Formats: sequence, structure tokens, C-alpha cells
Amino acid sequence: MSTVHESFVLALGLMTHLDAHLVGIVALSLRVSLTATLIAACIGLPLGAAVAVERFPGRAAVIATLNALMGLPPVVVGLLVYLLLSRAGPLGAWGLLFTPTAMVIAQAVLITPIIAALTRQIIEDAWSEYRDQLTSLRATTLDSVLTLLWDTRYALATVLLAGFGRAVAEVGAVIIVGGNIDGVTRVMTTAIALETSKGDLPLALALGLVLITLVLLLNFGAYATREWARARFG
Amino acid sequence: MADGPVRGLPIALDGVGVQRGGAQLLRGIDLVITPRERTIVLGANGAGKSTLLRIMHGLIAPTQGRITWGGLSARPRGQAMVFQRTMLLRRSALANVEYALKLANVPRLDRASRAAVALTATGLLGQARQPARTLSGGEQQRVALARAWALAPEVLFLDEPTASLDPTATRAIESLVHDIHAQGTTIVMSTHNLAQARRLAERVVFLSGGCVTETSDAREFFDHPRSAEAVAFLEGER
Repeated sequence: MSTVHESFVLALGLMTHLDAHLVGIVALSLRVSLTATLIAACIGLPLGAAVAVERFPGRAAVIATLNALMGLPPVVVGLLVYLLLSRAGPLGAWGLLFTPTAMVIAQAVLITPIIAALTRQIIEDAWSEYRDQLTSLRATTLDSVLTLLWDTRYALATVLLAGFGRAVAEVGAVIIVGGNIDGVTRVMTTAIALETSKGDLPLALALGLVLITLVLLLNFGAYATREWARARFG
Repeated sequence: MADGPVRGLPIALDGVGVQRGGAQLLRGIDLVITPRERTIVLGANGAGKSTLLRIMHGLIAPTQGRITWGGLSARPRGQAMVFQRTMLLRRSALANVEYALKLANVPRLDRASRAAVALTATGLLGQARQPARTLSGGEQQRVALARAWALAPEVLFLDEPTASLDPTATRAIESLVHDIHAQGTTIVMSTHNLAQARRLAERVVFLSGGCVTETSDAREFFDHPRSAEAVAFLEGER
């Protein structure tokens, strides 16, 4: 019980004093996960929308695969990216292993299927409502995809948030490809893992509280935006 | 408002049938829609009215027989359709109309003015900036009409456009259909409402169980229906 109490006090202290070390870790976490989310969105949103609207052979298999990949274990993704980027790997010459870029790549790989699969679901539901009208107006497939993405933008914001939440909270992938190097590739989750193994539970828990607070704030913001949009645009 | 030469008319259906999931939705339809007509497709729920309109608009292809527009088998431009379930985009009423004009390759500079004209004609200029989905059901259907009207279609299909509207909104839509027809647009509208059919029809196509049992001049249809199905349908209303 005292550990929990101590952690809260410590967490509050860390947050109010804006401890430079902590700020650095939080900033790197945000930078890596937001970049990964941006990249995953650029791939996942159009991919999901295209699968929703197009009819092609093997479509069912693609959907099943996307859905299955939502549950990719971060450690496995980390391992695969590690093999790709390690000195002996195909992309070893780029020298990216144990850099934030490697962490961005790993997290992007991890959440692209999540964003694509959830987008596919949302766009397909909208498409069944919009199809007749858009076909009547002679919209091309590209017109339809862009219109659907724009019209479901608030639902898709939640999808991006789910992707970001998954990225910022995972530890398995970033610890393998980043190496948890202090000041270089240490993010919140890897710091928590490290402090826990060192036995500094209050600091670990305090970092955890900061992480949870961040994720909560982001979600409240997104929820409020969505509710406002629903009232505004119907 | 229907501008340009007539290209997609007449619409000719030759032995058209539609089969879906083992059910025969339409069978053996022979029908010709000629320019400037105001045709009402009349029939009970499930008679195949929506399917017939979708075929004529080129949204679905017949599984039997063939359909031509102005002698060609490609779906023509110059058609618009208003659906029973209004689908408006999550943007303003004005932007909804402009969107249709954009897809019809209307130059950007002309879109706003054409959209405003159509919204004025449907009495919605005051709500032009309002998000379309926050409008009432009747207003939404008028936005849908404005969107179709702005395209200056040669043919306008309306699939039970008033099915879920109150009497006032229904009369507003009917009066707009008259206005659009008066400007030279060919109208094909479906309904199961006899009173509405009487108010709007020049010609009646009567559908029953996926078959056209009767195609006649409106007055003749209501005074002397020839098919047993039409007689029964008219009797049911008395």
C-alpha cells in the first residue's frame, strides 16, 4: 500500500516539477509513437478503405489476414524488424538498429494492420449506406474512397487513437529494436520495465501513472471532439 | 433545365428479368420510357418497383433480357435519382449539391451558383449553410431533390421519395416534381400510394409480383384498369 502511495506522490512530483529526464523520456515516447501512427495512418487508412470498397479475388482472405494481424505480438514484430535491421540483415547497411527510427518502424508495422482492419469495417458500413447514391452520381472508386474517408473522419480519429494507444503502450517491440539506451531510445514503457527489474517500484509506477494520464487525456480530447462533431454534423 | 441534346432516351427494356439469391425479383419486363413523359411505377411493397428503377438508372444490370438508353447499352450521363432513404454527406446542404456538380465535371466557378439556384428552387436557400444531416426528414429529401435538379438531368428517377414524410412535406416534394417536369425533365417515380399516383401520373406502369401487368395512360388506368391485379389494387384502396 505504501508503494502505491509513494508512487502517487512521486508521480505528482515528477509531473509538477517537469523533471528534465522525465520530459525527455515522455517526449521521445510521443515522438516515436505519433510518427509511427502517422505512417501507419498513411498506409492503413487508404488500404482499409480500398479493401472495403473494391471487390477482388481473395478479398475474404485479405480481410481475415488483416483482422488476424491486429493481434500481432509486439515481441515478434520487434524480432522481425530486428532481423531486418541488424548488421547481417537485408537493411543492415542503413545502420538503423538501436535508433528511434527503428522503433518507429517497429511500431508502424505493429499498428498498420489495426488501423487498416478497423478502417475497413467503418468504411464498409458507410459504403453500404452510400453506395447507391455515389454510384448514381457516377463517383469513381477513388472518388468514393476519398468521400467515405472524409465523411467518417470522426470515427476514423478514434481508430487512429486506438493505433496510437497500442503503439505508446507496447514495450516488446521497442525494447528489442531500440535497446532502451538512456537518453537515446528509452521511452516510458521501456523505462518502466527497467525500473521494475531494478526494484525501483515507486519510480516505475510513477512513470506508469504519467503514461496512463497522457493516454486518458488524449482519449478524452478525442471523445469530446467526436461528440461535438456528432451534434454539429449529424 | 434539361439542357443539351437528348442522348439517353428512349429507355427501352426488352424482356428484362432480375434474379438474385434464387428469387426472381423481376421477369419479362418490356417497357419504353420516352422523352418528357411523367411515368408513375405503381405497385404494392415488394412488387419490384425499386429494382425496376435501379435497372433503368443503370445501378444494377439485368440478369435476363437487355436494356438500352437511346439505343446504346452504356449507362448514359444526364440521369439522376432520388432514393427512398436519403443519403446526404456530412457537410452543409450547399456542399452536398456542389459535390454532385463536381462529380458531374461542372467547373468549380459555376458550382456555387448552380447549387444556390437549385436550393432556392426547393425553398432551402436559408438552410444552405446548415449541416445537411441536422435538417428535418422533409428538408433532407428536398436537399436530395435539389442535388438531383442541379444536375439538370434528362431523366429523373424518384424511388418512393415521400414514403417516410408527413403530408405537408409530401406535397412539397410533389409540387417540386411538377416543377422539374415542367422544365423538360422526364420523370419516372415509384409509389405505392394511389392518391399520389393520381396526382402525379401521366402514365402508369403497374407492377405486381415482379411483372408489369399493365402500362396505360393515367386516366384510363384509374377508370378502366385492364389487369386483374390492378383492379384488385385499386379496389383495396376503396
